[in-house]
Amino acid sequence: MSKDDKILKEFTSKEYEHGWSVDFDVDQAPIGLNEDIVRLISKKKEEPNWLLNWRLEAFSQFKKMKEPDWSNLNIPKINYQDISYYSAPKKKKMLKSMDEVDPELIKTFEKLGISLLEQKRLSGVAVDAVIDSVSIGTTFKDKLSELGIIFCSFSEAVKEHPHLVKKYLGTVVPSKDNYFSCLNSAVFSDGSFCYIPKGVRCPMELSTYFRINASNTGQFERTLIIADQGSYVSYLEGCTAPMRDENQLHAAVVEIHAEKDAEVKYSTVQNWYPGDKNGKGGIYNFVTKRGICFGNNSKISWTQVETGSAITWKYPSCILKGDNSIGEFYSVAVTNNYQQADTGTKMIHIGKNTKSKIISKGISAGFSQNSYRGHVNVIKRAKNSRNFSQCDSLLLGNTCGAHTFPYIDIENKSSMVEHEATTSKIGEDQIFYCLQRGIDEENAIALIVNGYAKEVLKQLPMEFSVEAQKLLSLTLEGSVG
Amino acid sequence: MLEIKNLHASIDDTKILKGLNLKVSTGEVHAIMGPNGSGKSTLASVIAGREDYDVTEGKIDFMNNELSELSPDERAREGIFLAFQYPVEIPGVSTTNFMKTAVNQVRKSKGEKPLDAVEFLKLMKEKMKLVNIKQELLSRSINEGFSGGEKKRNEIFQMAMLNPKLSILDETDSGLDIDALKIVSNGVNTLRSKDNATIVVTHYQRLLNYIVPDFVHVLMDGKIVKSGDKNLALELEEKGYDWIKVKN
Ligand SMILES: Nc1ncnc2c1ncn2[C@@H]1O[C@H](COP(=O)(O)OP(=O)(O)OP(=O)(O)O)[C@@H](O)[C@H]1O
Ligand SMILES: [Mg+2]
Repeated sequence: MSKDDKILKEFTSKEYEHGWSVDFDVDQAPIGLNEDIVRLISKKKEEPNWLLNWRLEAFSQFKKMKEPDWSNLNIPKINYQDISYYSAPKKKKMLKSMDEVDPELIKTFEKLGISLLEQKRLSGVAVDAVIDSVSIGTTFKDKLSELGIIFCSFSEAVKEHPHLVKKYLGTVVPSKDNYFSCLNSAVFSDGSFCYIPKGVRCPMELSTYFRINASNTGQFERTLIIADQGSYVSYLEGCTAPMRDENQLHAAVVEIHAEKDAEVKYSTVQNWYPGDKNGKGGIYNFVTKRGICFGNNSKISWTQVETGSAITWKYPSCILKGDNSIGEFYSVAVTNNYQQADTGTKMIHIGKNTKSKIISKGISAGFSQNSYRGHVNVIKRAKNSRNFSQCDSLLLGNTCGAHTFPYIDIENKSSMVEHEATTSKIGEDQIFYCLQRGIDEENAIALIVNGYAKEVLKQLPMEFSVEAQKLLSLTLEGSVG
Repeated sequence: MLEIKNLHASIDDTKILKGLNLKVSTGEVHAIMGPNGSGKSTLASVIAGREDYDVTEGKIDFMNNELSELSPDERAREGIFLAFQYPVEIPGVSTTNFMKTAVNQVRKSKGEKPLDAVEFLKLMKEKMKLVNIKQELLSRSINEGFSGGEKKRNEIFQMAMLNPKLSILDETDSGLDIDALKIVSNGVNTLRSKDNATIVVTHYQRLLNYIVPDFVHVLMDGKIVKSGDKNLALELEEKGYDWIKVKN
């Protein structure tokens, strides 16, 4: 084994940190997927009729659809009848504030480094904590509501702000959009809802922390973010799951709606359990994220750091409908061991003078496969539009794979698209250079990888950025060639 | 400080060093000259512990340690510094960040507290002056898009930051303009003390006017074939390497 392979091996063999689970009483739906389950979920959530019907329609559609097979993923057969579609920690009564949340749950999140007690929180971040299928609480709600900002669980939004939910739900990602969005529309259980009123600049980061705890369950949450005219919000999403030998399904939908002059920054640090060294277990992550720059001069920016999951299938996209609107996609996707990722973005230019930027950094190690898939579409009337795409792949070792699938359609002459792609390996020279300065192998790899991903990492809010850098190093611990 | 005895080293089964002996004591400056491909950079890499090379015979002692026991980063933390003939680019990593990681890891190995941002900046400022390097350069990705001279100057800056016991400068003078040569030499001379030692690898006698060596060695075909004082460099410049070949 060469020196590099040895470093590679050590660096890639780090254990997953959030692999524990907690036993608390749960209210879980029976295993299986059928109309009764859809009705049961809706009933448990005390939903209005229109929403139940919306679900049922999605479900009847879902039954007619087939799993997508165009990705560069090897997806084992998933038995959708073998999953419980609803699991919630049992509540004693309706909660009025975070102080009433079961201390066990609060402890669970504290173990993850997320404090739900407001006095302990960094004052710059409000959190909605979602465990399995339900939100267990949202911090700083009162403070935000003084500004007219609504930040709550999806279920609560359905109850308290039905007109907003009804108006926007499914408008960016129609339930029929794809197999997984359709499944989600039928069985989604909770998620976060956020509305920023006209002209308001949200003073703190809003964040949702997703945790899958129960076994044999899937997590199907929805997030809906509405930024009204001239508003601004930065939104964060984090996720972890216990180590389990069986695969668990996570099929989420995120919709963002940006009105005129509004700006939404959406950042994700995805750290679902990736499975063990031999590829056993791990989360299947099939997520549909899409935002629409509805009004003129609006902007949506996606930043994602994807380190976890056994399989990642995810393409956060922007529909640039408003003139002069801007869509951005910054991504670092790290795969190790037997992980597979097929991720990228779609930028659909509809308005005039629209701009999009895609920076994708793939890092593959072990026996993993890492694909970038992107689609830039500039329609005829989107005059003077611009896209810049840069897709880089970094290989650690020679048993992994990196692939790039850029699709570009431009339907007018005044628009311009630039695409750059590179594939490189961490050089032995680079490592030796670091070693020679007294930096050990582990830190050398961390330094090089973080340097490589810097353009993306610097897009993250400060607190997340530090965490993400650590995570990159942890995920890759043991790997270079 | 450094004692190399009968060193044989090869790469991919090609023998490069073939019985090399060299002794360097504290306070000394040694110059190594020799034709292209004679093994000068190989020697530097072997001392630094690059694992592509197999040491097949002989040994290297450094500060009474058998070096073969130590990994490259341990050697660096023990005080061996190599200014690379071809400094390496690391995209996205600034020299500042690179040095911060290095300095603090070296400190940690000695049981010292890491420098905080303020202390580190102070150290940087001080060392920047020494080689007349600009802050702007240090915040760019290391060596990426640097001119040849900037790369070499940056190497000496790093040397100043790490304050090594043994510095090996591999053709640090090539690519430097006259002014930079003076600045860099001046930096090296300032760092010189009775407790450290320097090995300069060079093709040009000119450098040795600035960094005056105590010994000059000629490395040919994997061995040191001749040693002398600084006058040997002058003689070499005049007569070329054939002169030595003929004499042997
Ligand atoms: N991987 C390799 N396989 C075979 N030979 C190699 C390999 N790497 C280096 N060499 C050879 O080793 C010899 C010594 O190289 P080295 O770089 O040490 O020379 P040098 O004295 O530093 O030369 P220069 O003055 O040009 O810098 C050269 O002939 C070189 O081609
Ligand atoms: Mg050389």
